[in-house]
Amino acid sequence: MVRVDATNSGSALIQVRDLDKKYHRGSEEIDVLQGLNLDVEKGDFVAFMGPSGSGKTTLLNLIGGLDTPTSGAIRVDGIEIQNLSGSRLAAWRARNVGFIFQLYNLMPVLTAFQNIELPLLLTKLSKAQRREHVEAALSIVGLVDRTNHYPRQLSGGQEQRVAIARAIVADPTFLLCDEPTGDLDRKSADEILELIERLVKEHGKTVLMVTHDPRAAERAHAILHLEKGALVEARRLEKTS
Amino acid sequence: MKFLPLVIKNLFRKKIRTTLTILSIMVAMFLFGLLAVIDTAFTAGIDVAGADRLVVIGRSGVIQPLPIRYKEQIARIPGVTDVAHASWFGGVYQDERNFFAQFAVEDEAYLRIYSEFVVPEDQMRAYLSDLQGCIVGRKTAERFGWKIGDRIPLKGTIYAGTWEFNVRAIYSGRRPQDDETAFIFRAKYLEERASQFWRGLVGWYVVQVKDPNQAETIAMNIDARFSNSNAETKTQREETFIASWINQMGNIRLLVISVGIVVFFTLLLVTGNTMAIAVRERTGEWAVLKTLGFGDWTVLALVLAESLTIAGVGGGIGLLLARAFTSVGNPMPGLISVFYFSNERFVMGLFLTLFVGLMAGAIPGVMTMRLRIVDALRRV
Repeated sequence: MVRVDATNSGSALIQVRDLDKKYHRGSEEIDVLQGLNLDVEKGDFVAFMGPSGSGKTTLLNLIGGLDTPTSGAIRVDGIEIQNLSGSRLAAWRARNVGFIFQLYNLMPVLTAFQNIELPLLLTKLSKAQRREHVEAALSIVGLVDRTNHYPRQLSGGQEQRVAIARAIVADPTFLLCDEPTGDLDRKSADEILELIERLVKEHGKTVLMVTHDPRAAERAHAILHLEKGALVEARRLEKTS
Repeated sequence: MKFLPLVIKNLFRKKIRTTLTILSIMVAMFLFGLLAVIDTAFTAGIDVAGADRLVVIGRSGVIQPLPIRYKEQIARIPGVTDVAHASWFGGVYQDERNFFAQFAVEDEAYLRIYSEFVVPEDQMRAYLSDLQGCIVGRKTAERFGWKIGDRIPLKGTIYAGTWEFNVRAIYSGRRPQDDETAFIFRAKYLEERASQFWRGLVGWYVVQVKDPNQAETIAMNIDARFSNSNAETKTQREETFIASWINQMGNIRLLVISVGIVVFFTLLLVTGNTMAIAVRERTGEWAVLKTLGFGDWTVLALVLAESLTIAGVGGGIGLLLARAFTSVGNPMPGLISVFYFSNERFVMGLFLTLFVGLMAGAIPGVMTMRLRIVDALRRV
């Protein structure tokens, strides 16, 4: 269950406390996030909405360990990630976070298989084990027949499926999706959202998704609205996992 | 090893650029190989000089002959184990362009001291039994197609007239750097045929000493023995003698090193530029890799792997081509006697190549390490 009032006893998978993020633009200081609290339980599917510049992506980057907060704490599965060094944070990301971007961000010179295999190169798995994992991920996203295709040979929806397979192949603790359907037509977007839903329902994944699309957000268990760096509204949807 | 496909695929995303860079490194390292060969040619004498050998020349230089009677006196100086005399002949075979060094040497003593020159026993016997006999270096014999028994006429430039020699032996060096171009004949022949002026004179002495550590002392003793005589001597280690001989031709090594440095920096700029462009145009992709958990050192290693591969492939091919080119034969036998690409220089070339690869990849690699993911992703 998602909470935004810092009252959770500590069992939540992701705990965000008094999170502040400031940027400097010249001499000007910009408060992107201010005193934000959030608890996300394992298996939750949370959508973040809000106008541009409200801090959605910044929050996602902070939770994913891509950026460091100005103050406050982010605890994931008991680990305070804001205290990790650069190399430990990278290792932590490799083990715990699956990223899905709006523009897929696949390596154009690698095939679908090789793109999906990338996170596994950081593990001690053998070549045969890596192949097994990649094939399983490809099967989940329904792209077994596109194994040796390059990104340029795939449609946008297929590219995003490859990106999702890459995000889940190392079996991360949670997935972060930044506008995963923002560059897709309605049909492809629905397919991607169904896939993400399936990852939550069938594979027990925890998903945090930033979106501008209300229809996409409706798929989540809860929708959190951000404005000017603060959570202004949290709405729990009827369905639960 | 598991990152290799990623490195290779990245290298060949811009095939023309990568190929041109590899070609430029290949040409540069080929040039390095040739420079190394030239440097070896001019310094090989120093490298092969015997630590236990001294050369005694006239105090005014090698053009001042020394009396042949000095031999006995030098041989009596403590620490000297062997002495042989030699004289520069300076003859011309058919045409002045057909240059090769010719020495009139004291029969067996000379080859005893220069034990690196190998002469088959039967050929040695034939040489010693023929006053007009000569021993020819393998490369010179090959160059002119001479065989045992051939009669070779040389036109004297210092010693008047045409001199005829019989090829009685062909010597070869024990090591690749040994000079195999010399033409050696018997000093007795020169003594008998040369004009009265040259009688009783020799060009220089080669002295073998028992203990190389005592060489300086023995050299001083030799010079002291002949001080205040009509023909004062200057005795030095063979290495020093050869080095001063080479220096008379100009500072070849400085020239080679200067060109080498230019080649090195050109190489560094070409490879560095390629790597800088290749890394910069993939900023977003590096950010994605770091997002996936590739650590700073891993991305640095990937950048270095690319630059090392480019440098290694180009440099390796260039060095192998240089080796193949030099193994075909000496294109300037009249100018340089030793023409080969030594293993030491080859390995030095490989290290230079790898150093260029590391240097060229270092700055782009560190920039990639320092890349802030969120900034880079914003630019994608």
